[in-house]
Amino acid sequence: MNQFTYTRVSTKDTAIAALAKDKTAMFLAGGTNLIDLMKSGVTSPERLVDINALPLATIEETKTGLRIGALAKNSVVAEDKLILKHFPLLSQALSAGASPQLRNMATVGGNMMQRTRCHYFYDLALPCNKRQPGRGCGALGGFNRMHAIFGTSELCIAVHPSDMCVALTALDATVLIAGPKGERTIPFGEFHRLPGTTPEKDNTLQRGELIMAVDIPFNKLADHAHYLKVRDRASYAFALVSVGAALDISGGNIREARLAMGGVAHKPWRLTEAEAVLKGQPATEDTFRKAAEAAMKGARSFGGNDFKLTLAPNTIVEALKTASGRV
Amino acid sequence: MKNDIQNKPINRVDGRAKVTGAAKYFAEIEVPGMTHCVMVTSTITRGSITSIDTKQAERAPGVLAVLTHLNMPAIPGWAADNSKPSSGGEKLRLLGSDKILFNGQPIALVIADTLERAQYAATLVKTIYKKEAHKTDLAKHKTEVHMPSRLGDYSRGDANAHSTAPVTLKADYVIPIEVHNPMELHGVLALWDGEDKVTVWTKTQGVKDTQETITAAFKLEEKNVQVHSEFVGGGFGMGLRTWPQDIVVIAAAKKLKRPVKLVMTRQQMFTMVGYRPYTLQHISMGATADGKLSGMYHEAIGETASYEDFTEATVRMTRFMYACPNVTTKYRIVPLDRGVPIWMRGPGEATGAFALESAIDEMAYKVNMDPVEFRILNFAETDPERNKPFSSNHLKEAYQLGAEKIGWFKRNRQPRSMKEGDWLVGYGMSTGVFGAYRGGSTCRAQLNGDGSLVLQSATADIGPGTGTAMVQIAHEVTGLPIEKIRFELGDSSLPPSGSQGGSATVSTVGSAVYDVCTALKEMMAAKGLSFENGAVKGNIKDVLAADGKPYLEVTKESKGGAEQQKYSMYSFSIHFTEVHVHPGTGVVRVKRVVTVADSGRIVSPKTAASQMIGGVTGGIGMALTEEAIIDHRYGRFVNNNLADYHVPVSADVPHIETIFIDKPDPIINPMGSKGMGEIALIGFSAAVANAVYHATGKRIRELPITPDKILAV
Ligand SMILES: Cc1cc2nc3c(=O)[nH]c(=O)nc-3n(C[C@H](O)[C@H](O)[C@H](O)COP(=O)(O)OP(=O)(O)OC[C@H]3O[C@@H](n4cnc5c(N)ncnc54)[C@H](O)[C@@H]3O)c2cc1C
Repeated sequence: MNQFTYTRVSTKDTAIAALAKDKTAMFLAGGTNLIDLMKSGVTSPERLVDINALPLATIEETKTGLRIGALAKNSVVAEDKLILKHFPLLSQALSAGASPQLRNMATVGGNMMQRTRCHYFYDLALPCNKRQPGRGCGALGGFNRMHAIFGTSELCIAVHPSDMCVALTALDATVLIAGPKGERTIPFGEFHRLPGTTPEKDNTLQRGELIMAVDIPFNKLADHAHYLKVRDRASYAFALVSVGAALDISGGNIREARLAMGGVAHKPWRLTEAEAVLKGQPATEDTFRKAAEAAMKGARSFGGNDFKLTLAPNTIVEALKTASGRV
Repeated sequence: MKNDIQNKPINRVDGRAKVTGAAKYFAEIEVPGMTHCVMVTSTITRGSITSIDTKQAERAPGVLAVLTHLNMPAIPGWAADNSKPSSGGEKLRLLGSDKILFNGQPIALVIADTLERAQYAATLVKTIYKKEAHKTDLAKHKTEVHMPSRLGDYSRGDANAHSTAPVTLKADYVIPIEVHNPMELHGVLALWDGEDKVTVWTKTQGVKDTQETITAAFKLEEKNVQVHSEFVGGGFGMGLRTWPQDIVVIAAAKKLKRPVKLVMTRQQMFTMVGYRPYTLQHISMGATADGKLSGMYHEAIGETASYEDFTEATVRMTRFMYACPNVTTKYRIVPLDRGVPIWMRGPGEATGAFALESAIDEMAYKVNMDPVEFRILNFAETDPERNKPFSSNHLKEAYQLGAEKIGWFKRNRQPRSMKEGDWLVGYGMSTGVFGAYRGGSTCRAQLNGDGSLVLQSATADIGPGTGTAMVQIAHEVTGLPIEKIRFELGDSSLPPSGSQGGSATVSTVGSAVYDVCTALKEMMAAKGLSFENGAVKGNIKDVLAADGKPYLEVTKESKGGAEQQKYSMYSFSIHFTEVHVHPGTGVVRVKRVVTVADSGRIVSPKTAASQMIGGVTGGIGMALTEEAIIDHRYGRFVNNNLADYHVPVSADVPHIETIFIDKPDPIINPMGSKGMGEIALIGFSAAVANAVYHATGKRIRELPITPDKILAV
């Protein structure tokens, strides 16, 4: 770990100013990802700007939905009564992530900003285009069991590891951002990006910008929501594949469907085509299977992750079965 | 011992100290003037160091020294030994030359006044290497075998019987690299007093063994080497030797004339303190149509380092477990550019049992028999390898007890016939076995004027609850209440004992405790004292005053006698499990476990049950989750942390029912107790694989059984 200075800020403006002043400064929230990255030498900020004192940890009801502050802890959001009532999918996704100790520290903003768990990214002795553009991708011809099957590029096949973000993508959330030039909003699905030719960029947040909150609009999907995470052990493991499914079912027919996957792409992977297949159809296993087929269009594997081509559609079907109540 | 009475379950005597933090582990020890060492490790797998630039690191704040092969003082005992490893490689002499023998090998020690400063300075060391082609992939180099000097080939009867029998079976098995990963990291704190006297706090399974290694390395007198390891946060075998990095850190402390502490990183735990070797196995088995085993062939190829042979008893179980007239076993090792392996809980036996007990299950199905009945039909009444009677063997009873408890005979034996919701349900079982040993140990007893008893022996407690078991044995012999007895261990100045390994501590040290307590009673009798109703009868204070001593003291050496040679001594376990397998996601969940141990008289029922639960948990890891993965292009691990190397978490572990036969072994030792640390794990992975077969109809012969393997077959 390099030597760094530590500053604590308590307002949005001082936070943003602190980053504007210092090119290597970074925000520190729960620290559960950033500190690990610093220990392994992947990230070496010379200044940490601790934002935990900012008043951004609340969960509030607005006219159109719920607003979750960027500093709300993952465990608090997962157990919040409003969240449980309106967006059980988000609660389930959060509870499926990491461990209780980590969730007690991790924040919503930090969770969105967490970096890939690809080992080549973490090990300075191994090649990684995301860590060091131009150095090559270790995962392509190497250990890629955990890696992406959608939206990959020749430079990067890493996945975004978040569970929470899968739910937020499915729930059509919006991100509220503040920066030196003022505030802006961005649809959650456009927050993260695909690697393309610049895999070093995980998302569209500009340097110096601060995530303030996430807005989730109310919906009618709370009764039929399920987050299914398939992993190598029963808890405390990243997803091989995860599926967030939420349905609005009436008289056995699907009025509206939301579907997103984790562990399959450089960003939380919304399945709009599969949603279209589900819409208006009877909530049966046959429909679910067709949706899963539609979801898998364009999937491509790299050896170690070939099994995801089978696992992903199966997981979609299972998640939909549970969400619909047809277990 | 009152062999007809079952022992009482008692709480761990050191439990309170552990949960309150009063128990201090080596890394928590602080001494005045202490400095911190961080190791820089190689990023290539084989070759040499062309240059190593330490200038920047030396100039970093707080740095006291950066030691590399260029300025490292020679280790006197290492220089004296110039024998060649039989692998044909060269001996590992850390920081003794520019040679790199494995990835992650220490190449520099950075020592600073604080840990953080040492960590930072370590990032400033710049190394240029000359790379050579490396080998780390056993599967790729499996023909480059080397015959170990130990564990030679074995054959009895007709060597072809396995393939000429009416019913035959051939199968290959793969065990990945597994890493012990105890919670506590390894390391050492060394404090010199002048040039020829040193005190060391470390994590070791044997303080006497560590003392001996240090004594030899620095050519010191044994009495001038003091080793402390009072508490160990899990060992599982990785603490069964004193590693070369411990020695170089001790040497650094000598050179700096300052105490130096090293606490390794989790990443370094993967490359420097051993592991369960990647192993390939082949089994060929023959049986008659009515289910009698007629021939077995078992071959194993394990990996070792280029600089040292590591061997383990992978194929031993096949030689004696079943009544089979024709058995051949072969064991080979392949030297690779890797750190050396070391025994990991239920060492080679756990590896071998996975193959043998999977094959036995498969054969039972081939001859259309229940796997339990098949094993009972082929039960060996006497040890067919050594032609000796077993000192005790209650396997048949154990099979019965376990089967009843889990409802074995109520299941539908047909594969893929049982379901619960969408989940496929399977039952599986297997046998585990490990030698029951008794080594030599010395114990000292001190009986104080207040009637309290202190027992001392330089053994270890890596977690099983050694102190608790010893106190319980002393309680049985003396009748003193548990609270009046204390057992001290983990200190090399105490009377000698061997390392804690091979499931032998209760048998070995427990016998010494038994003997010394018996001797104490004799001594007391001569002085008109005795134990009665949980207290000392007679005036002990007067006796002590007359003798001018603070306590009555007896020291007793204890070891097995000649009668032990007449018997084959083993501990046995039978594991039964019920698993659920999701056919869509490939997820396997262990739902129920019943484990039966035939390990003689149970000295401490509570810690013994914990031991079985811990072993089964390790077995769940072996079966379903644990695997250290190397990218062979680079020779580096790609999951060397506890987030990606999956040890089972609580959610993976169901309630584990432990059953003890609890019948004393009449031969092994005065308590009649056989070991149980290893049998708790040995065989469990096969029980899971067999249950997965019963659930799905698919045989998985490569561990761990992760969802991708279920979906692939
Ligand atoms: C062992 C382990 C297992 C895990 N398993 C899972 C899992 O199964 N599923 C899962 O989803 N996650 C998992 N995680 C990841 C965990 O969810 C993240 O580490 C956590 O959410 C990060 O939040 P934080 O507040 O600690 O972020 P920090 O570490 O404090 O920050 C992370 C990044 O976000 C930036 N940042 C933080 N807040 C803001 C903000 N408001 N605006 C702009 N930038 C900001 C920081 O500058 C930094 O770059 C795991 C982590 C670990 C260590």
